[in-house]
Amino acid sequence: MYGWIWRHLPGPVALRLVETLVLLLAVISLLLFVVFPVIEPHLPTSQVTVPGGK
Amino acid sequence: MGRHTSGAVLDPPPPDPAPQRSLGDNVRTAMRGIGETLITLGLIVFLFIFYEVYVTSWFTDREQTKLKHQLTQEFVAGKDPTIRLPNGSLPELKTGQGIANIYIPRLGKDFEWTIVEGTTAADLDKGPGHYVGTALPGEVGNFAIAGHRVGKGEPFLNLDHLLPGDSVIIETESAWYVYKVKGQQHNSITSVDSDGIPGREIITPDEGRVLDPVPDHPGVTPTEQLLTMTTCHPKFTATHRMVVYGALDPSETVKRTDPKDLSMPSAIADLYKGVS
Repeated sequence: MYGWIWRHLPGPVALRLVETLVLLLAVISLLLFVVFPVIEPHLPTSQVTVPGGK
Repeated sequence: MGRHTSGAVLDPPPPDPAPQRSLGDNVRTAMRGIGETLITLGLIVFLFIFYEVYVTSWFTDREQTKLKHQLTQEFVAGKDPTIRLPNGSLPELKTGQGIANIYIPRLGKDFEWTIVEGTTAADLDKGPGHYVGTALPGEVGNFAIAGHRVGKGEPFLNLDHLLPGDSVIIETESAWYVYKVKGQQHNSITSVDSDGIPGREIITPDEGRVLDPVPDHPGVTPTEQLLTMTTCHPKFTATHRMVVYGALDPSETVKRTDPKDLSMPSAIADLYKGVS
């Protein structure tokens, strides 16, 4: 998978390194700011209340 | 030969025919793919922990700064959203807004949070939240709040460090209320006081009775001003809830006389002495 991506990145090695970094940052940002906020409420880590009040 | 003679530029030689892939090559490719996928999933789990503990806290910090600023402005303007009209209604109280500040000397000098009205996920993303419909600070009944224990600034991370008699200070526009954690001083925080309420208990998530005007005593008319704080237990799970109770100590509560004076009164600051 990673080998396939590396072979398909265009340009010389230095440019490919930069491209790799950009791809990595894009994936991390997507996870941190889009994917995780969506799935997090469904996970048990964030439940601190008991039913009640109104 | 023929097609190479006419052009000025020669075509590159034809590529070698693809080498025959053996069964071993295919197995190796498949295994590498599975291995890379598992490593990737592992890294994503690590990233999620980082998100849960740090990134959510950055968001919460930003919300807290906003809430604190808004609440301070209300204090200066002499407005207290937690004071009822004579008919008992609370027209100024909206979910998601800051209503009071909480300080707990046992949890450190920097433990200072603005409590929001409401306990939905969105409310609690901003900070500890007040269960809508329970008593308000200083009122007879049960002032109940919930807070995150992991991530979201983790206000109640160390709620289990509280000891019987510890001060929990709630600052509103009207007063600095001082609640004392229940439990028997020389016994244990989990033993019940004379009124039948312990300092701390671990319950299952469905036990809403802890929010009753007298916690754990449904239908009983309250006579005390009580405080209930809920969070998850054990950390990082949803199997139980930890609940810590306190009762108002009217003798240590300080009324605010000058709305413009936002500094902590010396009697309240003294509560930090001798507490680590």
